[in-house]
Amino acid sequence: MTDTREAAPVPALVEQFKGGLHAPICLTWEWTYACNLSCVHCLSSSGRRDPAELSTDEIRSVIDELQRLQVFYVNVGGGEPTVRPDFWELLDYAIAHQVGVKFSTNGLRLTRERARRLAATDYVDVQISLDGATREVNDAVRGRGSYDMAVRAMENLAAAGLAGFKVSVVMTRQNVAQLDDFAALADRYGAQLRITRLRPSGRGADVWDDLHPTAHQQRELYAWLLGHGEKVLTGDSFFHLNALGSDPLPGLNLCGAGRVVCLIDPVGDVYACPFAIHDAFKAGNVRTPGGFERVWRDSELFAELRRPASGGACSGCSAYDACQGGCMAAKFFTGLPLDGPDPECVKGHGVTALAATDRSAPPPQGNDHSHRTVPLGMPAVRTHRPDRFCDVSPLAGADLGGARAVPDERGTS
Amino acid sequence: MPAPLDPARPYRLSPGVALRPEPFGALAYHFGNRRLSFLKAPELVHLVVELDQYASVHQALAGVSERHRDAFRRALATLAAADMIIPQ
Ligand code: SF4
Ligand code: SF4
Repeated sequence: MTDTREAAPVPALVEQFKGGLHAPICLTWEWTYACNLSCVHCLSSSGRRDPAELSTDEIRSVIDELQRLQVFYVNVGGGEPTVRPDFWELLDYAIAHQVGVKFSTNGLRLTRERARRLAATDYVDVQISLDGATREVNDAVRGRGSYDMAVRAMENLAAAGLAGFKVSVVMTRQNVAQLDDFAALADRYGAQLRITRLRPSGRGADVWDDLHPTAHQQRELYAWLLGHGEKVLTGDSFFHLNALGSDPLPGLNLCGAGRVVCLIDPVGDVYACPFAIHDAFKAGNVRTPGGFERVWRDSELFAELRRPASGGACSGCSAYDACQGGCMAAKFFTGLPLDGPDPECVKGHGVTALAATDRSAPPPQGNDHSHRTVPLGMPAVRTHRPDRFCDVSPLAGADLGGARAVPDERGTS
Repeated sequence: MPAPLDPARPYRLSPGVALRPEPFGALAYHFGNRRLSFLKAPELVHLVVELDQYASVHQALAGVSERHRDAFRRALATLAAADMIIPQ
């Protein structure tokens, strides 16, 4: 964004994004709460289908609307979206209506035949969720059999020639040490690695204390990203780590919630961010008159999120420009004030703030669709979902005198 | 990789690209290579849309106010590198 300064008094793009856009850039759309797995950190507490989920026709009509709004692609997730019997039909419908799809899956339905058909389809991206480079580490979080299922899916995609599919990893205390192994694994299948931040959202709240990377691991992660940033997608999700150094990670580096990012959940509720499934961040429902567009443009919640924020307790911090106080959802679900430091603040202010917070009564999570078998001792696991403004920062890389080209990932935060 | 911008030649917006108006200018999306670009000024959007009316990029830029010209030339080079604009 350097050249604009000498050229024209155009405010930085990031500043303009804060005021909101005509339509989201990074729209996540969950098609079902149903899932074959029960991942311990599932950010949408998925498991069981919700009886009120959007029907095939309703999904089609939202796709029509997104086409009209020129939302060029969506990140489809769940639950496990492919358990919907109409999944492939809806995928084709979206693509035929100029709404490209990247879908996140645990691999369940990616047979050889399906992989071949996907490889022959334009405008579709596949993202396989995997949270360990070894069966042991992965299955501890995602459940028994999930590693083998993901590997089979990757083999099928690679054999079908679908190059460049994504392998998406949520970084935890258990797998930060496997970063190089993940990169090698992605290489082996001709895939691209994507790593994202664990947030205390959904069932993630129950395991966050134990699974979120330690301060030492955060530094390791930052250093690794600086060394491998070009090749690895992050959904722009580690911008709070920018406070560690003078080299900002590639990306937009702002919380995009309600500004460039949002979520449509399986029952049509619109939330500010996929990691913020809670009434406090619910802006409306696509079934109400005016549909998604009215919610995106007119909701009071989004208007509020688009107003300039004060840095609150962070405003005196020398790193505020780079870090922006971190992730709204991470703060909210750990009970921290939204205008203060991130729970993983690299200056240690999050730890201090957490110590002063009553952690025994965390804010309640939103709709819980977990399998009811969980309390009976089944492993609790499920697919984590895509993330947001998500994936690469639209801004990664290019030096634009007014235009900025971005690689094929999307995302924010 | 597309050839670098040759300002002596005429260019046009690629037929695979859609522009979405935004407060800052426009979002450009290329359905072929799935890249997203931000056109950060309304004047730049105008220039890109009208590009095919000119015999060369040079000529198109001649009509741009001086304070924008260098930045817009660089923007066009970025757009050409992403195949968003193509020689005609
Ligand atoms: S920073 Fe957190 S709340 Fe904001 S868009 Fe990213 S994940 Fe959502
Ligand atoms: S105090 Fe706030 S701005 Fe500073 S590093 Fe911590 S979270 Fe970021």
